[in-house]
Amino acid sequence: MTKEILYKIDSLYRDQFRVTGYTFGEGEKALCVVGSIRGNEIQQIYTCAHLIRTLKKLEEEGKIVPGKQILVIPSCNPYSMNIEKRFWPTDNTDINRMFPGYDMGETTQRIAAGIFDRVKDYANGIQLASFYMPGEFMPHVRMMQTGFENIELAKEFGLPYVVRRHTRPYDTTTLNYNWQIWETNAFSLYTTGTDHIDREGAQLGLEAILSFMTRRGMLKDGFVNRLESQVVEDVDLVTARAGKAGIFERYVRTGQTVQKGQLLACILSPYDGEALEEIMAPVKGTVFFASDQPLTYSSTAVFKLIP
Amino acid sequence: MIKTVAAVELPVDEILQIRKKRIEPKQGNTGKRISIVTGIHGDELEGQYVCHQVIRRIESEINNLTGIVDVYPAMNPLGIDSVTRGIPGFDLDMNRIFPGNSDGTMTEYIASEIIRDLEGSDLCIDIHASNIYLTEIPQIRINELHQDKLLSLAKYLNVDLVWIHSNATVLESTLAYSLNSRNTPTLVVEMGVGMRITKEYGDQLTEGILQVMKELGMWKGAAGPVRRPMISRAVDEVEFVNAPKAGIFVQTASHGQYLHRGEEIGQIIDPLEGKVRARIRSEAGGVLFTIREYPVVDEGSLIARILKREEPYVPAL
Repeated sequence: MTKEILYKIDSLYRDQFRVTGYTFGEGEKALCVVGSIRGNEIQQIYTCAHLIRTLKKLEEEGKIVPGKQILVIPSCNPYSMNIEKRFWPTDNTDINRMFPGYDMGETTQRIAAGIFDRVKDYANGIQLASFYMPGEFMPHVRMMQTGFENIELAKEFGLPYVVRRHTRPYDTTTLNYNWQIWETNAFSLYTTGTDHIDREGAQLGLEAILSFMTRRGMLKDGFVNRLESQVVEDVDLVTARAGKAGIFERYVRTGQTVQKGQLLACILSPYDGEALEEIMAPVKGTVFFASDQPLTYSSTAVFKLIP
Repeated sequence: MIKTVAAVELPVDEILQIRKKRIEPKQGNTGKRISIVTGIHGDELEGQYVCHQVIRRIESEINNLTGIVDVYPAMNPLGIDSVTRGIPGFDLDMNRIFPGNSDGTMTEYIASEIIRDLEGSDLCIDIHASNIYLTEIPQIRINELHQDKLLSLAKYLNVDLVWIHSNATVLESTLAYSLNSRNTPTLVVEMGVGMRITKEYGDQLTEGILQVMKELGMWKGAAGPVRRPMISRAVDEVEFVNAPKAGIFVQTASHGQYLHRGEEIGQIIDPLEGKVRARIRSEAGGVLFTIREYPVVDEGSLIARILKREEPYVPAL
């Protein structure tokens, strides 16, 4: 293992900003794993830290296939994480909306360019992603539909679901999208949680990455998830929405199978506790996403079901 | 007449409303409609004064109005009220969610209702005020895809600069892009600085809005003469100056002034060591149309933008 500073900039009053990478093996650039890009992605840095510890051990045991190089970047944004801010401290911009970056541009464009320059030549790229909707997800691998995506590869993580995301305009500046445009097989790996530690979720994420690495010929005698992944198009997910705003009282969890018409949650009046709305399952299916917010706005997606 | 464009309940005893004022002609309605929009970013306030002035001017000469004027002063009311650029509670830039989705989240729903309401206007003007970091001279920004339709209208708005961007740098999820791609001509105005009102700029734009209404055939009243703006068409006409080092930026040049090649714009100083970390100079002759307002800079922070020209800009009427 070699530890290397991949990108750095000096600050006026803070310590130097550094993006650090850990490289295992030598040779063909087989896989790059990126942990947190935003300052609240604690679960992502935690999962990456376990991955680095595991790969270090596997390398010592000679289990990394010769000729394969793996780069792991636990955090692209320690500055934001250290002050509990989600985005860049000075101007609140999101590094994950700056790819492929611009080395003569503004600060986060430069950071994105500096990182992208180091990660763009890898055959496979995994970002430990977080979702903008606060809540629980079923663990899954997501690929963006760019025309270059290879869904079959995503099944090699052995997670229950592979989701194909239909690209929206704002996706085009993300790491995942640009990786694919630069011919890297890019995957976003979602376990559970973002701003808190979930040990089980991290273990699941770690095993999924090891499974992928084994199946792609990077690890000898590695761990393999034998689960058959189900491919889901994001447009086929069925949304159950809160029509009213108020206190969100939830009765089901992710992964649970629900019947059409089953009560999923109630919206309660925050003043007198009256039920303002009962949210029923619109179809029979599996709960893929469930909001975990105590209060909800109206017209808000609070569940997504796989029919 | 005040109309509600979109309304959604908030969790505890409050309704969020996006409202507009509609001014209709007393007589001779040509059916033309102009929409004045501002407040998508809660920290950009320059448009507040413009909305007030436009309404006041039109209502004082209402018999000269021959079309419909819709004024939307607060697209992001929660942001304006809480000194927040994005939509509070969502940590979301409202100008990255258009055209929205009527079946989407609360914010996507609001965005889609806004588009629905604005679509079909003969002209929409979306007034921005840069951000808290940069000060801008009054200018219009146009996507090159839509320049044929927009440039002729932009010239009447009494701004100092029309900047035609290459398509690659224009974000598709903005209000302006969404409306222009739906054949509703939309001009984006950038002027002044975040969290402040520059009355002089507001007055300047107000005259421009009245003049463009005249041009559209919906206003017969008074409108001041308009400036002939500088027009930037090519990518290499604008020089971007970024901070080479982190520090505290102190401006030495004046905003809007003509800079000769090599002339100093400002310095990045180090208050801990009492040293000058960098002297920032213009690499080309031109007009300083963007200047850093917020002193703290990181490496890469934008310090200035210069429109390369042979001679100073004198606003000709």
